[in-house]
Amino acid sequence: MSANNSSGLPQVSDRLAYNAMRNWRERLIEGLLLAAAAVSVLTTLGIVYVLVSESVHFFAKVSIVDFLTDTQWTPLFDDAHFGIMVLISGTLVSSFVALAVAIPMGTIIAIYLSEFADSRVREVAKPILELLGGIPTIVFGYFALLVVTPILQTIFPSLPGFSLLSAGLVMGIMIVPYVASLSEDAMRAVPMSMREGAYAMGSTKLYTAIHVVVPAAVSGLAASYILGISRAVGETMILAVAAGMQPNLTWNPMEQAATITSYIVQVALGDLPHGSIGYQTIFAAGLTLLMITLLFNILGQWLRAKYREAY
Amino acid sequence: MQIHDNPTLKAEARNLNFFYGEAKALKNINMPIYDKKVTALIGPSGCGKSTYLRSFNRMHDLYPGNRYEGEIRFFPDNTNLLAAEVDPIEVRMRIGMVFQKPNPFPKSIFENVAYGLRVRGENNKRVLDDKVEHALKGAAIWDEVKDRLADLASNLSGGQQQRLCIARALATDPELLLFDEPTSALDPIATGAIEELIHELKKRVTILIVTHNMQQAARVSDYTAYMFLGEMVEFGKTDEIFIKPKDKRTEDYITGRMG
Repeated sequence: MSANNSSGLPQVSDRLAYNAMRNWRERLIEGLLLAAAAVSVLTTLGIVYVLVSESVHFFAKVSIVDFLTDTQWTPLFDDAHFGIMVLISGTLVSSFVALAVAIPMGTIIAIYLSEFADSRVREVAKPILELLGGIPTIVFGYFALLVVTPILQTIFPSLPGFSLLSAGLVMGIMIVPYVASLSEDAMRAVPMSMREGAYAMGSTKLYTAIHVVVPAAVSGLAASYILGISRAVGETMILAVAAGMQPNLTWNPMEQAATITSYIVQVALGDLPHGSIGYQTIFAAGLTLLMITLLFNILGQWLRAKYREAY
Repeated sequence: MQIHDNPTLKAEARNLNFFYGEAKALKNINMPIYDKKVTALIGPSGCGKSTYLRSFNRMHDLYPGNRYEGEIRFFPDNTNLLAAEVDPIEVRMRIGMVFQKPNPFPKSIFENVAYGLRVRGENNKRVLDDKVEHALKGAAIWDEVKDRLADLASNLSGGQQQRLCIARALATDPELLLFDEPTSALDPIATGAIEELIHELKKRVTILIVTHNMQQAARVSDYTAYMFLGEMVEFGKTDEIFIKPKDKRTEDYITGRMG
């Protein structure tokens, strides 16, 4: 940087001058990025607003105590009851069945892909696995109804044509790729030096995977499980098709039952007048669903913060 | 240094070659490792010293495409560590390793040290307590951690973590301890503590240490090997290597003309 200006370079003082154009452009881009981020935040807020404002009308007619404690859900009958537990039980039982499949299977697949499979197997298996997550849920729903239910009926002859068990099992298979893929990412992020440390102590692959890699990846595993739970609680089509839509307060997966989501589909397909109590149940049920997923998300955040591993 | 006594052999590389796929990383290495002595491997980056070190506990078996040729004889039983019928897990049961960067497991201090014992099937609380304490004392970290054995190991400082890793390796009474540049991620004070520890440890265990710090090699080792481009250029007693190296290349390296 010479003081000699004959080379045509501007003087130093000019080169350091405030570049108004560049600054303006930066701000514009920042604004665009903010707007993009705002779309998703505002959408969420909009959904919450609609759910809450419509639910307020609903709870003006039905007390919260009745809503939470009544054991019948018959909003369209003359003798209307609004016991949301009926729908929550269906949601929880089907989710439990699904997670009993998805969490162990997803974790085992992730351990295999991350710790045992050689890279060629992984490069083929992982995309195929993720493809499974791309199958439309309506296809899974009919798979449950037409393939899995008849198979289950040969084992359990008393199983009805619609059941939480069948829908839950298939829902679990649908969720496996999400759990497996995210868990595998979490385990692969564990640094190789930690595995080498374990191998150098004379551990086998399995011992290393279970005692070193899994504990090191626990916050990522928790995140994948939470995503799995959210998927299960929010899943609609498989349940609407294969679990029956009969409101039924039960904790037995061998029965048929409606879930919050399948109830919403059922009612939304009918022709309820806007503003009627039946119409407003959709929003009360939706709000309940939102609260359940929110609860699990908060739990997940808390678990991640608690077990966050710095390596 | 009491090098006038006749040292016994603990291990010996014989015509050792090593390949990463097609690339030959070690070229016909012949070298003794003496029992209860510290042997240092020095040489410029990429000379193969870590590759050589990691052959002793068969770490290369973890990655596909690696191949050994020749032998590393291990005494007193005179087995070839590299033989196909030798189980690398059994090798690692007898040969411990401390890495360049401290790599404690995501467990408590106690469980880190107990890890190797648990791998070997030891679950008796009294035995574990005893051996963990002994190993932590051996690694000169007992006084610093004895009141917080249940804390996560990741809460320790870098130097403490490295001594914890040494304790972890010591807990299972290895016959040979491999150090792969154990102080390169540590500050001078922590480095001093590790070097002192190595001095103490050689009373009970044979040590092979890779270092790119020549002063460190001079300070801690009884024997030194200079490696260059995958070859063992010179091996000898540390004071001889540093005072009157026989090979021109060794001399260039230790006098700083190359490296």
